[in-house]
Amino acid sequence: MEPQAIAYTKKKYSPILPTHQEWPVMKLAKNRKEFILEVIDASKKRIQDLTGEGSLLKEELELTMYREKLRLKENPWLVDPDDEGPFWNKIRSRLVTLANEKSTTEKDYKELLEEITSRYTNEIASNFKPNHYKFTRRLVTFGFSRLLNASRVKGFKSFWSNQYSLQDKIHITGETEHIRKLAAKGTIVMVPTHFSNIDSILIGWVISTLGLPPFIYGAGLNLFNIQLFAYFMNSLGAYKVDRRKKNLVYIETLKAYSSQAIQAGCHSLFFPGGTRSRSGKIESKVKLGLLSTAVEAQRANYQKHGDKAQRVFIVPVTLNYHFVLEAPGMIKEYLKQSGQERFYVENDEYSNSYKIVKFLIKFFTKGSDISVSIGKPLDVLGNYVDEEGNSLDKKGRVIDTKDYFISEGEVNVDKQREEEYTARLGDILVKEYHRINRVFSSHIAAFTAFQLIKKKNKKLDLYNLLRLPEEDLIIPADEYLEMFDKVREEVFKLHKYGKVGIAPHLTRSLEEVMDHGFANVGMYHAKRTLTRNTQGDVITEDLTLLYFYHNRLDGYGLEKLF
Amino acid sequence: MDLRNSSEKKVGVIGAGSFGTVIANMLAEKNKVILFARKPEIVKEINEKGTVEGRQMHANIEATGDQEYLASQCQVIFPIVSSTGFREVIRSFSPFLHPYHILIHGTKGLDLAHHLEEEGQPIRVTREDIKTMSEVILEETVVVRVGCLAGPNLAKEMAMKQPAATVIASKYNEVILEGQRLLRSDRFQVYGNKDLIGVELSGVLKNIIAIAAGALSGMGLGENARALLISRGMVETIYLGNALGGSTKSFIGLAGIGDLVATCSSNLSRNFTVGFRLAKGESLSDITATMEETAEGINTIRIMKQLIENSNVRAPITENLYKVLFEGMKVEEALQYLMKYPFNVDVDFL
Repeated sequence: MEPQAIAYTKKKYSPILPTHQEWPVMKLAKNRKEFILEVIDASKKRIQDLTGEGSLLKEELELTMYREKLRLKENPWLVDPDDEGPFWNKIRSRLVTLANEKSTTEKDYKELLEEITSRYTNEIASNFKPNHYKFTRRLVTFGFSRLLNASRVKGFKSFWSNQYSLQDKIHITGETEHIRKLAAKGTIVMVPTHFSNIDSILIGWVISTLGLPPFIYGAGLNLFNIQLFAYFMNSLGAYKVDRRKKNLVYIETLKAYSSQAIQAGCHSLFFPGGTRSRSGKIESKVKLGLLSTAVEAQRANYQKHGDKAQRVFIVPVTLNYHFVLEAPGMIKEYLKQSGQERFYVENDEYSNSYKIVKFLIKFFTKGSDISVSIGKPLDVLGNYVDEEGNSLDKKGRVIDTKDYFISEGEVNVDKQREEEYTARLGDILVKEYHRINRVFSSHIAAFTAFQLIKKKNKKLDLYNLLRLPEEDLIIPADEYLEMFDKVREEVFKLHKYGKVGIAPHLTRSLEEVMDHGFANVGMYHAKRTLTRNTQGDVITEDLTLLYFYHNRLDGYGLEKLF
Repeated sequence: MDLRNSSEKKVGVIGAGSFGTVIANMLAEKNKVILFARKPEIVKEINEKGTVEGRQMHANIEATGDQEYLASQCQVIFPIVSSTGFREVIRSFSPFLHPYHILIHGTKGLDLAHHLEEEGQPIRVTREDIKTMSEVILEETVVVRVGCLAGPNLAKEMAMKQPAATVIASKYNEVILEGQRLLRSDRFQVYGNKDLIGVELSGVLKNIIAIAAGALSGMGLGENARALLISRGMVETIYLGNALGGSTKSFIGLAGIGDLVATCSSNLSRNFTVGFRLAKGESLSDITATMEETAEGINTIRIMKQLIENSNVRAPITENLYKVLFEGMKVEEALQYLMKYPFNVDVDFL
């Protein structure tokens, strides 16, 4: 029995809010000054709640100053403003003076806190300009369509043909109408998986294609080092997240920014995996920091507006690729376990605009497709939400989300409770990612090959396995075919039980799917991830990359087939 | 909604068994209590005579057979029913429960998905198939603020108002605080623990060892043997508990070692009695036929045996008790086997 994969449709979506004056992010941009003040206030309050009265605030400020000075010395970036050094020098001398004066009071430290949060907030805040946004959107759509048509439509006028649009290249599937409806009723927090730096641009395009108003999102400050990205980011309402700054004051300011923006009704986007998945695995754990701001904002809305409160809807999204540009560098980093390093180390695949443009041209002129699956929207507790915005329990009964925040008949603040709710939401997101993930031919191709090699070398651990010489990496054609078939059948079974999605190309004949997988897996890397030798047997030129692409199907229990 | 406007808060208890009624009485010292009982005659007895099967009930307790009434009146509810009936009872409450409810259960048993228990089927029981009572609540209702009550709490001693202590475990501080506020008194100390699963499992797994303790006692053995059993039983509990996701720390706390010592030393406990009578030569069916309430240990041994078969956990006490209970092995034989078992390390879990 062949399963039915939902075919991709090319659909035109009209914007749900046609004029930009109505966009929530515009309201924020218009009242930027007031909003920044709100955030500063909120962050001060958060930090003081955490440090309490007494010397803890002083210690946090000193620690912040110390770490910032260290960062400036050891890990400076192009985007860092010139006045950073003088600013922190000033803070340091003030801290020294305060520590030595007898008349120093709590108030003096609060003033310093205000200065630091204010600096951070201004740095984080996005600078959304509707004209830039519209221009960028047109540029992306236009530029990409030209490249696409030039390569696919034959003939002189091909460059100006409109036969192919971006939707032929990037397929959007899943709950598209559903989130359009909910975006008109509440605030959307979109949380995609993260594999590549191109994800942000891709998601930006998806949002605008679906007719949704622009989302604000936290983009890594390192991306602003690259001018081309900086341009896109700034015009798309990105706020800046600096992963080098791990001090409490910064982290709380960032959370306050996100929470206040969601409370203001701004649709938001963040990657809860934190950074790109170095291993190529789908997120098996998510970071709870920014996610907690969604839970908090929902509670704050209930506190302010009771039953009329604006609802917050969480939308999981997976991005599915045959090819990840950064794969070689990321997997090496993963294997070195350098993810724990104190400072975030950049790798250079995206180091300059030229390389990116080169990649984009390759991407659009050659055949690799991307699909974006939009998952079912959830409330902040992880319950599914219907099209009217009602949260439903497992039996389909309507739940009032407000009740989760109620104690003794009233909505109250309980940080510990909200932490648990966030952890719960995180666990549910991980399950949803695996469920909506779309399996491509290339994923099965890589998974099968790697598992077969692993099975033949049972005694080796991963690191020794990856060091195997090339002559040990040959898989006989018929053995490969048999296992490829088995894995595909198992994926179909999982699909039948709603545990994973599949791409339409997966239901073609076995040989076709296999060839498709071979042709597409990691297709633009210098070394072929999978290919065949003259005898027709399966070989790999880069086992580490094969491992990376294989990891995409980790977490489904498929390895038990081997 | 009634609940939000009522000035007087009532506390709910589900189950009028011996432990349920003791807890209801303790809660009633400070609050109005609504006690749910399935049998109409018990509801009637409480409301008319103020007793349950002869046990005196506090005047603050009102009995009901109406799930909706209890759920609408109480924000905090203590389900205390046997593990075999637990899922069904919770399911019957489910339509009336909301996310603002707090549930703190006092049931020391496990739930195994029913279809797995059918005979003759090749089944592989994994952790996924076994649910603790808090997991049953999370599965069957929209309630998330869940906790449990566990510790050396022999119902008969508590009914006599002797001093004792218990542990309330929950991921949520507010659940622990609420439980402490409601239960704490001059003679009842309440500790908090964040490892809900670990505390639940402590209470569940100690019942296995309690049956073994009863058996030793029934054979006329003395304190050396009992001490041997308690300490080796502790090790086995920790192995099994870790395999099910509990933290070692909880097993050496009040709900773990505390409860283990109490149940293994007292002939008041039902599980102890089962072991005792087994050693005296009675069959399992005879014993269960004459017991008023379920001995949770029997069901726990059955479930754990199935799990052990599919894992690498060493659990000689559980495995041999299974043979005694269900496969007609003599208690003496089981003991001999255990004495020959090649234990080689005393403590390897810390």
